Amino acid sequence: MILDSLLPAAASTYAGDIDRLFDVITVLVMIPFTIACFLFFSFILKFKAKDGVKALYITGTEHRYMKWIHRAHFPILTFDLIIVVMAINVWYDVKQDLPEMESEVRVIAQQWAWTFVHPGADNTMGTADDITKVNELHVSTGTLYHYKLEALDVLHNFSVPVFRLKQDAIPGRVITGWFEPTVTGEYDIQCAEICGIGHGLMPARIHISSPEAYSAWVERESAAALARAMGESKSIELAGN
Amino acid sequence: MAESIPVEENGHHAGDHRDHGHHEMSFSEKYIFPLDHKMIAMQYMFTGMFMALIGGFFAYAFRMQLAFPGIEVPGWGVVSPADYNSLVTNHGTIMIFWVAMPVLIAAFGNYLIPLMIGADDMVFPKINRLSYQVFLLSAIVILSAFFVEGGAFGGAWTAYPPLSTKAEYSLTGLGSTLWITAVFLEFVAFLLGGINFITTCMNSRAPGMKMWDIPMVVWMIVIASILFMLSVGPLLAGGIMMLFDQNLGTAFFDPDKGGDPILWQHLFWFFGHPEVYVVLLPAVGIVADVMTTFSRKKLFGYKTVLYTAIGTGVLSFTVWAHHQFIAGIDPRMANVFTVTTLLISVPIAEMMFVYIATLYGGSITLTTPMLWALAFIFEFLIGGITGIFLGASGNDIYMHDTYFVLAHFHYTFYPIAIIGTYAGFTYWFPKMFGRMMNDTLGKLHFWLTIIPFNGIFLPLFVLGAAGQHRRIYDYQNFPELALPWMQDMRQFATVMLLIMLGAQVLFFYNVITSWMSGEKAPKNPWKANSLEWTADSPPPHGNWPEGLPNCYRGPYEYSHPDREEDYWPQNEPA
Amino acid sequence: MSATPIATTRSTAGMPTARLAVWWIIASEIVIFGGVLGSYIMHRLAHGIWADYAANTNPWIGLFNTFVLLTSSLAAVLAHQAAERGDGQRAANLLYATCGGGLVFLCVKAYEWSYEISHGMTITANTFWSFYYTAAGIHALHVIAGMVLMLFTASWAKKNEHLHRVEIIGIYWHFVDVVWIFLFPLLYIAK
Repeated sequence: MILDSLLPAAASTYAGDIDRLFDVITVLVMIPFTIACFLFFSFILKFKAKDGVKALYITGTEHRYMKWIHRAHFPILTFDLIIVVMAINVWYDVKQDLPEMESEVRVIAQQWAWTFVHPGADNTMGTADDITKVNELHVSTGTLYHYKLEALDVLHNFSVPVFRLKQDAIPGRVITGWFEPTVTGEYDIQCAEICGIGHGLMPARIHISSPEAYSAWVERESAAALARAMGESKSIELAGN
Repeated sequence: MAESIPVEENGHHAGDHRDHGHHEMSFSEKYIFPLDHKMIAMQYMFTGMFMALIGGFFAYAFRMQLAFPGIEVPGWGVVSPADYNSLVTNHGTIMIFWVAMPVLIAAFGNYLIPLMIGADDMVFPKINRLSYQVFLLSAIVILSAFFVEGGAFGGAWTAYPPLSTKAEYSLTGLGSTLWITAVFLEFVAFLLGGINFITTCMNSRAPGMKMWDIPMVVWMIVIASILFMLSVGPLLAGGIMMLFDQNLGTAFFDPDKGGDPILWQHLFWFFGHPEVYVVLLPAVGIVADVMTTFSRKKLFGYKTVLYTAIGTGVLSFTVWAHHQFIAGIDPRMANVFTVTTLLISVPIAEMMFVYIATLYGGSITLTTPMLWALAFIFEFLIGGITGIFLGASGNDIYMHDTYFVLAHFHYTFYPIAIIGTYAGFTYWFPKMFGRMMNDTLGKLHFWLTIIPFNGIFLPLFVLGAAGQHRRIYDYQNFPELALPWMQDMRQFATVMLLIMLGAQVLFFYNVITSWMSGEKAPKNPWKANSLEWTADSPPPHGNWPEGLPNCYRGPYEYSHPDREEDYWPQNEPA
Repeated sequence: MSATPIATTRSTAGMPTARLAVWWIIASEIVIFGGVLGSYIMHRLAHGIWADYAANTNPWIGLFNTFVLLTSSLAAVLAHQAAERGDGQRAANLLYATCGGGLVFLCVKAYEWSYEISHGMTITANTFWSFYYTAAGIHALHVIAGMVLMLFTASWAKKNEHLHRVEIIGIYWHFVDVVWIFLFPLLYIAK
């Protein structure tokens, strides 16, 4: 409710869960906060110094006062519990669980650009028809993607706000995660971990298309990639001769 | 020099007596290389305030760039991306390590501990002096980085490698080395100070002062020092590793050669999270003393406050990885750290409740220090509840490294470092300088600081929720973050910052004029109980030349039903 | 030089101030070494190959150094006893003996390191050697610091001054010793 009013879209299967979690936390923390503020300000107003009125002598060990403090813990612990359960649920879904993939992308971060490798028409990574794009990620709705995240130099962070997704990229490791886009459109991809002078100059765009539009794009780009690869191998052959 | 230590009986001879040999001290003995804890406290206080001005100036420079990208910022010039990074990095580093730490722990600790426990000085005056000197050196080192080839370090105050260890990535080779050297020296300074605080408080209390008679601010500074000493070690070790990685070519944090960049994050945050409580606790202690005095109330549950502080401190060692949820750690670990993090809400909430309960049935006077103390509670509550959003792992997937995080920790650090300091400074000003502060100016300064503070950071929560992530010098490059309403909010925050910075002139004006020509302060202007108010204002060398006080009761015996007076000084025999 | 504050001579906790302080110093040192060794152990467990690197260390030299340090600690204990009896001269001599142990330790270390460095096992060779030199190096710095302080203490003790400091430096020296007891198996023996 709150987040999707501020952001352009909730474009992944789990974006809605995170939005709901945010709303629930907002409500649950606002309840004790409001009560605390109410008591706080009303005490300040009510107990202003008056001539001849002495303050109460309360040590804070008396049961009749202390019980209020103890009672306040029950709602707080309950709220904590609700938040923990919901948070871990969402966390498990997004980060711990890795559902079966339908397609995949390689995301390579470096100072200061993103390289995205799409599997091409054969939907297999590491073949000649792979489509490599700089600062452009193309995906289709309704497909479950695994991303394989790498960094070539320093830490980066693959952040797609419309997916509500963030993941650090670490040099020397390949981190696998998943997303499934639900809404078409063109949105921001940002680097959210400081990576040097050009950190503010690392914007990329994610293009989410319908499956039909996406396969048309793949068709076109894969053919071009194949042609390029053929050309290269030819020129290598020529050079060999 | 210390003679062999007689294990003195904790007897009740009416205040140990000592002739302090009234030899005239030279200027340098008194002001430059002092052994007196009060003068060392002042050195820390004013060095810290000077560094706060520098940190504030950095904030001014980068907020101007954010609000009006590309303009020539008066006093700085055009903020390049490299400038921007080193400005935010050093703003953070300086504000935490060179402002919050020296002012809250070192300045208040040095000033208050001996006075409040009825001693004439710290137990190791020379180590105390050395501590300040190392600290001053560290301050010079961190600032010197701005004048070297390549400029100051710009890899954020967390200094994650490989960016911080490899000059070819950060382009600030010497700057990075100076940064970690300065931080290392600063920690050494506070280890030296911490030993002093802990031992002084454990061993040198006035005759009759039992554990539960120690004023809360002293307790808190001591607990903070213990937390600091037990958490900083791994980062000191990490600092050595980082220095070696930068300069010797080792590969502790270099994945290409078998190291692990995440190791630094663990070492950093194992210290980094307790560090928050290291600076929080002294502020909480100051607030306890100010609040009880101006509401004429006994502290609600003295031991409760203490236990919650210790509980928070212990828990703070178990939560560090909530800073690293999405940093590539084992995702299963996030579940554990979510639970421990949310558990912290229990003692902290209890502490806040107890403080609010202290107001109940009080006789409240809204003096300037009281306003600051009350503002601390309110603003810190906001800081506390927004932390829940970030401790919940599922939500942090989205919120990590957004301005929501930034606004959250400014709502904790600002009440701690700025509001807490102002509360303490205005409260003890009569003791420190022997003059009363101008209350009208003080209140004006309060409102002109507190309203713009909220004006700066409340919009940043919204921007953060809208996805604005941190450490970007110009959001125009990201279409979703370049919307007009967002830019308006950024400008609003910057204007508020300018107002807030301007208001600080009032404070310094008030300090100087009150110091010069304020009304002379009596020994105990606030009718407070603790021992420092029985010394002269300002206390002379040795604090109580006529004999150290004894202690007969706790510090919060306000409005006792058996007494006509509404306070009962700790040193007054029953 | 101003007089010692009364604060220093008080003892509310029932322990002399200096001894209390040295325990706190040791507490903070434990976490420093804890940081280094904890990081080392995590890496060691993650990299099986480090056992091969560790095979290049010479456990007999390490064992000898352990023996030297333990003996020097014994001298420190005897120095403390002498100081308790008020025999400053004897305490000083025993402290010199302790320092001698430290010196032998450092000399052996220097020989060992120069051998290893000349055979290509330098601090940059790989992360195992980085840890090896860093951990042992920080420890060696503590040995040197302890020796310097001990020489001061001995020169005071000779004049029967500050005899309580003999105990303080002894506690510190035992700590340095204990750290080595951890370093030795971790760096030399675990293969």
